Amino acid sequence: MSSLTAWIDGVGLLGPGLADWPEAAAVLAGRAPWRAQPTVLRPLECLPPAERRRTGQVVRLALGVGLEALARAGVDASTLATVFSSSGGDGENCHSICEVLASEDRQISPTRFHNSVHNAAAGYWGIATGATAPSNALCAFDGSFAEGMLEALTQVAIDETAVLLIAYDAAYPEPMRSVRPIPDAFGVALLVSPTARSGSLARITAALAATPAERLADAGLEALRGAIPAARSLPLLRRLARGEPGAVVIDYLENLSLALEVAQCP
Amino acid sequence: MTALALTAFTATSAIGRGVEATLDALLAQRSGLAPCAFETVELDTCVGEVAGVDAAPLPRTLEAYECRNNRLALLGLRADGFSEAVEAAAARYGRARLGVWLGTSTSGILETELAYRRRDGATGALPADFNYRGAHNTYSLAAFVRAALALEGPAVVISSACSSSAKVFASARRAIAARVVDAAVVGGVDSLCLTTLYGFHSLQLVARTPCRPFDAARDGISIGEAAAFALLEPAPSSLDAAAVLLLGSGESSDAWHMSAPHPEGRGAQAAMSGALATAQLTAADIDYLNFHGTGTAGNDAAEAHAVAAVLGTAVPGSSTKGATGHTLGAAGALEAVICALALRHGLMPGGVNTRTVDPKLGVNYLRENRRAPLKHVMSNSFGFGGSNCSLIFGRAG
Repeated sequence: MSSLTAWIDGVGLLGPGLADWPEAAAVLAGRAPWRAQPTVLRPLECLPPAERRRTGQVVRLALGVGLEALARAGVDASTLATVFSSSGGDGENCHSICEVLASEDRQISPTRFHNSVHNAAAGYWGIATGATAPSNALCAFDGSFAEGMLEALTQVAIDETAVLLIAYDAAYPEPMRSVRPIPDAFGVALLVSPTARSGSLARITAALAATPAERLADAGLEALRGAIPAARSLPLLRRLARGEPGAVVIDYLENLSLALEVAQCP
Repeated sequence: MTALALTAFTATSAIGRGVEATLDALLAQRSGLAPCAFETVELDTCVGEVAGVDAAPLPRTLEAYECRNNRLALLGLRADGFSEAVEAAAARYGRARLGVWLGTSTSGILETELAYRRRDGATGALPADFNYRGAHNTYSLAAFVRAALALEGPAVVISSACSSSAKVFASARRAIAARVVDAAVVGGVDSLCLTTLYGFHSLQLVARTPCRPFDAARDGISIGEAAAFALLEPAPSSLDAAAVLLLGSGESSDAWHMSAPHPEGRGAQAAMSGALATAQLTAADIDYLNFHGTGTAGNDAAEAHAVAAVLGTAVPGSSTKGATGHTLGAAGALEAVICALALRHGLMPGGVNTRTVDPKLGVNYLRENRRAPLKHVMSNSFGFGGSNCSLIFGRAG
């Protein structure tokens, strides 16, 4: 394939022991140790109270990291295209619906039902920010982050527009947790654009590859990378945090990975 | 945008398996909707069920993907020589140069619903045969199709509710334009399940009788299931006159409500305008519109408003959901194939079940089939979460 190039203008991040992008960057750059701590979701103030009550944790996760990336880049959400990518979407909501459907009374709640769509976070993002630009909602199982990158970078190349990528995953409750053991919530947002800005963090060039993904030296972070699909982004984030140019490979599909060349800003 | 050719396409729905049966049903204005006898569902409604899905298990080599949704996908892949056309394309381009972009809203959720009835009484655990990755996960459809067609390129499921398998055309055309892949298998598969049947019922959006899009007395949707696929390739320099092209795509977000459209179809207008712009066409160029036309009071009113604003009130159009039911995550691809048939055969399919077109909607809604040469047609797909996509297809000559 020909390669895809874009500038990374902002990052938002939330995961276990990683409270936001600056804290995560310090850990990934080796300036601070990583400590295993449950993910603490941020309050969601951007939605009207009536809508806020209807949202689950996954929506808080996705919107939270998206807003963080835009705040750091100083970019307004209302005209921005978005790509949401998640392996499992809202597992709590799915569990609740399946429980009711397996009971005598199958009357599921209307709110549960409209929250069950894989693009629920994208829908709430539009309501919260007023963004009417195109929005996508993707899934590629464990490769969902790489797939989201591929879609976002393709939009940058062809539509010549900035795109906010939001990749997120959260734990299922039992009994689904046993068959899909995602330990905790992890979300990452990257604002990618076709041209460099004064605050751009790096330029990245992406191509499909067959080489295996880079692993992380820190055993705790490597365990996160392997356990949460959105955390497959960590090798790329590590390079961004270190401001280190070079190549990094991340997991995508079986026998197919995404190779990213990270270049520093001039 | 550069036009892409639909070098192969196929559809399997309640009105028939394969394009010949589908065309016959459209010509006869036959509906596939029937009173719901699916699983243990006790709802007074009609559904568009595909016959024979449960009787067609996956071959042993693909049993890791066993679920009703993937059985339906395989029925679809086997119709109209579609798999053979993909195999020929793989030989031309290389297996790693073909991508898979598929839409689904249900994936294999039915198997999860059934597994929840068989949880361990003491521990609550799911039965040992429960298959998360191959059946439940949203990606299982694309993983299955990639494996069944032995492809090695990128693969993804787009799951944006009822716009899912329209949006796959937009993403695939961008990927081909960017040379991420040389060609793409696009499509959608959605299957009957309890979540959608009871879910739409909870929103009071399900009709008791077969759905009547754009009727003055329309009262909701009928849920259907379908598998529809197309092979998208760069258009060769010389094309058969009957070749079908993807000419334009437009996408937008309502930013309004999770389950109701913007009342004036704001997002729908942006999607249709975007499709016209990418196709470099004007409203007057559209010869036929396949409405999203679900049959709910609000959806049809919002779409009519949007169509009047962008295309005007004269463009002939119909919803084919009275025939197939609303196939949700497969609707975009199913109706893309119906548009391809419309172009190829000069057929504007009349919308079945609709008795009295709602005069308040101000659209030129076709209740009877009309035959005329068609050059450009548009298909609308709008979904929960305010996700909108419009596609424009055309004839090469």
